[in-house]
Amino acid sequence: MSHTPENLQYTKEHEWVRIDGKLAYIGITDFAQSELGDIVFVELPEVGDEVRAGDTFGTVESVKTVSDLFAPVSGKVVQINDALNDNPEKVNEDPYDMGWMLVVEMSDAVPVLLTAAEYTAHINE
Amino acid sequence: MADDQLRRTPLYPLYEVWGGKTIDFGGWELPVQYSGILAEHLAVRTKVGLFDVSHMGEIEVSGPSALQCLQQIVTNNVARLEIGQALYSPFCQEDGGTIDDVLIYRLENERYLVVVNASNIEKDFAWFLDHAQGAQVVNQSAQTVQLALQGPEALSVLQALTAEDVSQIAYYTFRNNILVAGVSCLVSRTGYTGEDGFELYTDSVNGPALFSAILEAGKEHGIMPIGLGARDTLRLEARLPLYGHELTNEITPLEAGLSMFVKFDKGPFIGREALLQQKEKGLARKIVGFELTGRGIARAGFEVWVDGRLVGHVTSGTMGPSLQKSIGLALLSTEVAEVGRAIEVDVRGKKVAGVIVKTPFYKRPAR
Repeated sequence: MSHTPENLQYTKEHEWVRIDGKLAYIGITDFAQSELGDIVFVELPEVGDEVRAGDTFGTVESVKTVSDLFAPVSGKVVQINDALNDNPEKVNEDPYDMGWMLVVEMSDAVPVLLTAAEYTAHINE
Repeated sequence: MADDQLRRTPLYPLYEVWGGKTIDFGGWELPVQYSGILAEHLAVRTKVGLFDVSHMGEIEVSGPSALQCLQQIVTNNVARLEIGQALYSPFCQEDGGTIDDVLIYRLENERYLVVVNASNIEKDFAWFLDHAQGAQVVNQSAQTVQLALQGPEALSVLQALTAEDVSQIAYYTFRNNILVAGVSCLVSRTGYTGEDGFELYTDSVNGPALFSAILEAGKEHGIMPIGLGARDTLRLEARLPLYGHELTNEITPLEAGLSMFVKFDKGPFIGREALLQQKEKGLARKIVGFELTGRGIARAGFEVWVDGRLVGHVTSGTMGPSLQKSIGLALLSTEVAEVGRAIEVDVRGKKVAGVIVKTPFYKRPAR
């Protein structure tokens, strides 16, 4: 069973978001990493880049497949997890903590995201 | 396929027990991975792994004209095969395009077992029937389970389950009707991983018991069940071709680098004239190995560029877990297909740098 923390919000594209004031911390869910399998590359935008909710902001590539990453919120990238360059497996091992991907300073109001219960229902559809 | 019902091997119920995650693989519901591709790959390289490869097909060719039938169909020389030996061979259309690549076992004087790729069973069986020349051709795929036990510890695991001295089974030879865990099997010293190991064939009804017995006996050796994901990364590091990628009906065995399995001097066979002509004219393109030096994985179908010119495409690509490198095979114009040549692979619109390298990418260490 995949793990879906209650304190986070989610997208249907399997990103998680933790909102802290104007900042949104973003990564991919335990379900997503498990579906992808062993992750070998994570391509992220650069600090200072703008991302728009619903648009792709990067890719995550596993041994067997590659998948786009979709921005859950709009705003400016203020931090990225550089450690994933050398240790992309952190996304598999610890998707909600060490495997975080980026922090976005939101320019708009927080869009409507899924609760943990809604996301769990979505992946069990 | 006409019906969208996925086919399953007799081992299907065991995948879940071992944590297997299944996918649709050419119409078969097979495990792509159990614990994870990287861990499984490394288990086969350093310890031992067990694969269910029952989706592979088995066609038996027998009778007084069995040899003649096979000689006419395949490109390798079946006449030199003795009872107890196995032979790898492609076989071709008249134009030299590859229909499939197979393993041929000589079971008896006039009885051969031909192991074919899962996706080609029906096509191959029809081809064999059309070119039977009086030989009896029987498709035994549904009644046969095939397991592959691969890795440096494969011998120890297998030996624990049989009274036969399986260390005496030399590379590309086999023994038939030997008991492994009480189950009668054909055991051959062959594989598709670049490691030492065995392939075991038995009647379908025995499959699940044999699979479980091997995993039990292998526990102390660190055995893992292995899915298709690691099967692909293992074979690619060892530069073994995969039908549908390095071999297709538009790629000849010569272009695929398999000329040592094409015996022009053995007498007539289907595709001989076309292949001979290709050999004499020189190859316009061939399969080479490459490494990506930039970030990314070159997936099958990606374009390969040299000096701003499109020179071919990737046939297979992966992250090589034993090498920690992004590797692949590509079908390239011969004039650029030389070791050391810088290339670029178009990875989803981005040109990623690479270089043509010697293959195999991985060679097992002498032990």
